[in-house]
Amino acid sequence: MSTLLEMRDITKEFPGVRALDRVSVSVRQGEIHAICGENGAGKSTLMKVLSGIYPAGSYDGEIIFEDEPVAFRDIRDSEDRGIIIIHQELALIPQLSIAENIFLGNERANRGVIDWHETNKRTEALLAKVGLKEPPTTKVDSIGVGKQQLVEIAKALSKDVKLLILDEPTAALQESDSRKLLDLMLELQSHGVTCIIISHKLGEVRYVADTVTVIRDGTTISTLDASEGLSENRIVRDMVGRDMTHRFPERTHQPGEVLMEVEGWNVWHPEHTERQVIKNASFKVRKGEVVGIAGLMGSGRTELAMSIFGHSYGRNISGAVSIGGKPIDVSSADRAIDAGISYVTEDRKSLGLVLDETIRFNTTLANLEGVASAGVLDRNEETRVAEKFRDALNIRTPTVFQKVVNLSGGNQQKVVLAKWLNTTPQVLILDEPTRGIDVGAKYEIYTIINDLAAQGKGVVMISSEMPELIGMCDRIYVMNEGKLVADLSAAEASQERIMSLIVNE
Amino acid sequence: MALVQGEDTAERTSGSGKRVGEYLASHLREYGLLFALIAIMLFFQIVTDGTLLSAVNITNLLLQNSYIVIMALGMLVVIVSGNIDLSVGSVMGFIGALAAVMMVHLHQPMIVAVAVCLIVGGLIGAAQGYWIAYWRIPSFIVTLAGMLVFRGLSLWLLEGQSVGPFPREFQVIANGFVPDVFPAGFGKSLAGLFDVRNVNVLALLVGAVAAAALIWIGMRQRARNRAYGVLDEPRGLFVARNAIVTAALIFITYKLSTFRGLPNVLITMAVLTMVYAFLTQNTVIGRRVYALGGNSKAAKLSGIKTERLTFLAFVNMGVLAAAAGMVFAARLNTATPKAGFALELDVIAAVFIGGASMSGGVGTIVGAVVGAFLMGVLNNGMSIMGIGIDYQQMIKGLVLLAAVVFDVYNKQKQS
Repeated sequence: MSTLLEMRDITKEFPGVRALDRVSVSVRQGEIHAICGENGAGKSTLMKVLSGIYPAGSYDGEIIFEDEPVAFRDIRDSEDRGIIIIHQELALIPQLSIAENIFLGNERANRGVIDWHETNKRTEALLAKVGLKEPPTTKVDSIGVGKQQLVEIAKALSKDVKLLILDEPTAALQESDSRKLLDLMLELQSHGVTCIIISHKLGEVRYVADTVTVIRDGTTISTLDASEGLSENRIVRDMVGRDMTHRFPERTHQPGEVLMEVEGWNVWHPEHTERQVIKNASFKVRKGEVVGIAGLMGSGRTELAMSIFGHSYGRNISGAVSIGGKPIDVSSADRAIDAGISYVTEDRKSLGLVLDETIRFNTTLANLEGVASAGVLDRNEETRVAEKFRDALNIRTPTVFQKVVNLSGGNQQKVVLAKWLNTTPQVLILDEPTRGIDVGAKYEIYTIINDLAAQGKGVVMISSEMPELIGMCDRIYVMNEGKLVADLSAAEASQERIMSLIVNE
Repeated sequence: MALVQGEDTAERTSGSGKRVGEYLASHLREYGLLFALIAIMLFFQIVTDGTLLSAVNITNLLLQNSYIVIMALGMLVVIVSGNIDLSVGSVMGFIGALAAVMMVHLHQPMIVAVAVCLIVGGLIGAAQGYWIAYWRIPSFIVTLAGMLVFRGLSLWLLEGQSVGPFPREFQVIANGFVPDVFPAGFGKSLAGLFDVRNVNVLALLVGAVAAAALIWIGMRQRARNRAYGVLDEPRGLFVARNAIVTAALIFITYKLSTFRGLPNVLITMAVLTMVYAFLTQNTVIGRRVYALGGNSKAAKLSGIKTERLTFLAFVNMGVLAAAAGMVFAARLNTATPKAGFALELDVIAAVFIGGASMSGGVGTIVGAVVGAFLMGVLNNGMSIMGIGIDYQQMIKGLVLLAAVVFDVYNKQKQS
């Protein structure tokens, strides 16, 4: 087989971070090539380089497609050459029909007037190819995610695709839909389409892939050939087997009695009401304990946390939460706060902070009563509280009147922490507390977490970074497709163990 | 009332000589508005040969803009919360009609009519706020519907006729003046001193006390800031700003005292402005409105009941629109089916000229009030000059655009 695509020594830097470091991938004509790696390993960045989302010139290295060097300026450029990427978050317009979506930007038209007959006929043919039995005029929002994925593939086929890239195509799919999609990939392969699939699920990778490239920390670790046999253990080891790049502060104290307990927690998706996002989850947190929740993005970690914190996500929520043995009401955010729960959101910019306001404004936002009497704010007291947290958490700013939009990611995260610590919680749920912040700030956040545990608070830490969980937690729950599938003690937990629990379901 | 709310963005003393310039640059919006108002007033004062700032015309300016100012207070809250209310002109007209029907046709006592009108205003706000807050229907649509509904309701209620006149005690709300409490001889002797016919001593005294209070509050705030290690504005600017504001205050009250004294609506406006400035800047509920408009998701996750807050913003708007409606009807001494037509646009324009942001979370009460008077002075000045309504509309439109462009430009320059 000849080589269709070769990416040589791709290096991509963002301010302060080298996301890709001399990554090389070679894809042969007609194969299904899997790219595996942890969250943040650089897979998506690599695909963005390939598809021109990061235009030529913004990275170093060479891309050779069909034996000639290419330099894509944008996604249209790469699509014109037949490289089509289907993103994890689908790019369909829900209010438009299947046919309209498939030919969006590529309309079957004569002088600007759409030929609906032609459009629908071509759509039918394409839908038959991907095995989707829906009329072309069906609105996309009335079909499920699995079928929407097929529409995306049909759209790719309408553009004369040579290389189809699927980014975590089965992440949001049910078991049976996933299987259908994988079979479709094999079928397309038999018609000569080359595919790249990005996936964490090793079962799937073994099912379809001819070649596997493992990426870790922005570098290529290994390239494995299916004809020589794909060993899951080998792939898992390559995915996680790095040296610890961060150190973690020591923790000396021991966890005490059970502080918070969640039992039989069930949550359904707010829009796709037939989808159960959290399935009968139960867990507990002790006083002074740091409990981790490991799992992939989309496994339900954030949804679990947000539904517990004031039913802020999902519907038809059932289950019980208790603190110190007493059942508590968490049906709204203010009740959850009153009961002693805090939730530091994953996305600090859109969910955690009022960016155009000051550090002081944000610090007191969740507990304004604490700096007010009879509903009237004491602004001097407010300043004092904000300055107290600035000093305690070492927020680097000359004044608490600085707008948070001007702070670095690490300092913004500390402001969010300050906001929640100001509510004097008993249990803190931290969702990706170190995402997007530099190593030094990470260490400071870890130190704060340890201090909180030492004060007897319970900490639940959700993270995609396994070394972080292993380095910080007393116990780690593993979450997979809405279920807590394992409860590992610090001694039992290893990256290989966690990864195999995640990928083997 | 300090015109510039500089405390939130106060900076540490840097000790450099360029501080006045730097401070001005970072607070260009607030000072710009003040200077724009002064510049426009001076301009019209000159081109109208002093008519603009004559005692009669100052009184007129206050009476003409009172209902805009009252509604701008509520509109500011609505806009800061991230919404808009297009129905206020119609609601105002409807309440005026309701007051007329109750007092003129049904001969209800004034106190009953006023109470009913305020309650109905609140209910109207609640009816609209319900859909916006709890059903998440965009406020633009709900209040656009409300605009049509209440316009129609006023027509129906008045049966297409103008209804009036109002009882004397109701007219006083808009056209009355606070009587001088001092003996007439006292005023007469002062009048001799100033070489005018009469002086209302109370008006003069209120002006002086208000000016003194303003300076005192400003100094106290400054002292506190200093104690906390923050310095709000450079001394020179502080002195200059206070000098201008107090001089203007004393000048205006002096002028008023030589005419008929303090208009009742001025007292209403001043008290409401102070109450709302305090509510928005110094209370928990005010702070939450800013958080809601600044980032509603973060506010909700911080335990703020965002739905209820949105609902209350509209209830408040309804009550203020009702108050404005009564002032308007009392001023005209009739309720007409056309009352309040397109007035919502003046109110919204005042709030945006005053520095509020369409996306919510930004804006001050004082800014909105200054914005309303800026528009009012433009209207009044151009009318005195005899500029046609056609040019007036164009100029007002361009002023609104210029104010918002200035805002956006400032923001881009800062980031």
